[in-house]
Amino acid sequence: MKYLSIDQCDAFYGDQKVLECVSLDVDKGDVVSLIGPSGSGKSTLLRVLVGLNQPTSGRILLEGEAIDYKNRRSLKKARERFAIVFQQYNLFQNMTVLKNVTVAPVKIQGRPKKEVEAEAVLLLEKVGLGEKLKSYPDELSGGQQQRVAIARSLALKPEILLLDEVTSALDPELVTEVLDTIRLLAKEGRTMIIVSHEMGFVLEVSSKIAFMDAGRIIEVGEPRKILEQPDTDRAREFMGKILRH
Amino acid sequence: MWERIAEELPRFFTYYNVIFFLKAMFTTFLLSLVGCLLGSVMGGVLAVIKITKSNLLRPLRIAAVVYVEFFRRIPFLVTLLLIFFVFQALGLEVSVFTVAVVSVWIIATAFIAEIVRSGLEAVPKTQWEAAEVLNFNLRQTLKMVILPQAWKVILPPAFSFFVLFIKDTALASQIGVVELTYSAKVLNNKGFSAALAFGFVLLLYYTISYPLTKFGTWMEKKIEIS
Repeated sequence: MKYLSIDQCDAFYGDQKVLECVSLDVDKGDVVSLIGPSGSGKSTLLRVLVGLNQPTSGRILLEGEAIDYKNRRSLKKARERFAIVFQQYNLFQNMTVLKNVTVAPVKIQGRPKKEVEAEAVLLLEKVGLGEKLKSYPDELSGGQQQRVAIARSLALKPEILLLDEVTSALDPELVTEVLDTIRLLAKEGRTMIIVSHEMGFVLEVSSKIAFMDAGRIIEVGEPRKILEQPDTDRAREFMGKILRH
Repeated sequence: MWERIAEELPRFFTYYNVIFFLKAMFTTFLLSLVGCLLGSVMGGVLAVIKITKSNLLRPLRIAAVVYVEFFRRIPFLVTLLLIFFVFQALGLEVSVFTVAVVSVWIIATAFIAEIVRSGLEAVPKTQWEAAEVLNFNLRQTLKMVILPQAWKVILPPAFSFFVLFIKDTALASQIGVVELTYSAKVLNNKGFSAALAFGFVLLLYYTISYPLTKFGTWMEKKIEIS
């Protein structure tokens, strides 16, 4: 039995099919990277996993149990196990850094505030923001905000972390600090699905890479193989273009 | 004209006239306050109904849209007369003041609903999504994430609506509510010059609406800071 299994999923934006028969298996501790051109469905796949887009057909199984995205309780349970970090961070603008990280564990999961806050401080120190607890998001740089967003998702103790192009809204200088944080998480053996255009980084941290195009997964495999000797023409063409610069 | 006013003044500001005006002013104040407060609550509810997505609430959503579109488009006086005759037709014995309050409530609901809805929609969709994936329910999302960010968009037009509407409550005089405009008419009919009677009432209207505007500005500032 696979840990997480995406089984022939379709998804639509309005009339447009954005995912077509996508299947992907993820083992515990895997770091799976989704790569491919813009609009190929990478982000959509992450959004489908957390129920922001509903799959129209196919199944998603967590430890053998299908998530019913139409059922609130099932969706809620799934969302306790997944955490997503968005490209645009999406921190709550009206809350301090500390509040952003603690609000869901305290108010939604009902855990004791003291304990959560102590953990949150440790998490924020880990991502290098121990000094910024009382700051508001608009007082931070993009890279700092993104690290807060990562801390916020970790505070919920998710089993699977979904990272949606977390560095593409950042200055080149700030990319490093966020990538370092993710490297740290990969070393800890956390299960992650990463959408990224940072090929060097993807090669380094991934245990598996899936290449997507036009809503389909074209090729899945070992990182080096997919990046350097892909089987399909489409993947070869894509790698050829991105490796040239 | 000035001589006449000067001559009338002592007779105008008798104890009974002043009490009469103050009572009328209180009626205008209460009519606006109760009507707008109830309207704000109901308008808030309608706005939230309008932004829901679930299929289950679809009939409610349609009802809210019809309500808002309808009552924003008919004149206040028409609503007032309509409610007046509806109460009569139903054989309900209520005071004209109650009729006026209900009318203000109905109209304020429709306007405030639109003001609140546009405020809620001014908060980026991504804030909703972030709350949703953290398992916030609708109430928690509104209370902890959306409303704190929407207030600064909602308050200015809401207060400008309140100020506008205090003036519109003058129409309640048409069904016999003894509010400010009505009180001026009474004194005018008693023989006092229109300039004096209505001029004084104008001052009283100002006394109600100016502090409200100040209060609105104060609230906006307070929210800006927090």
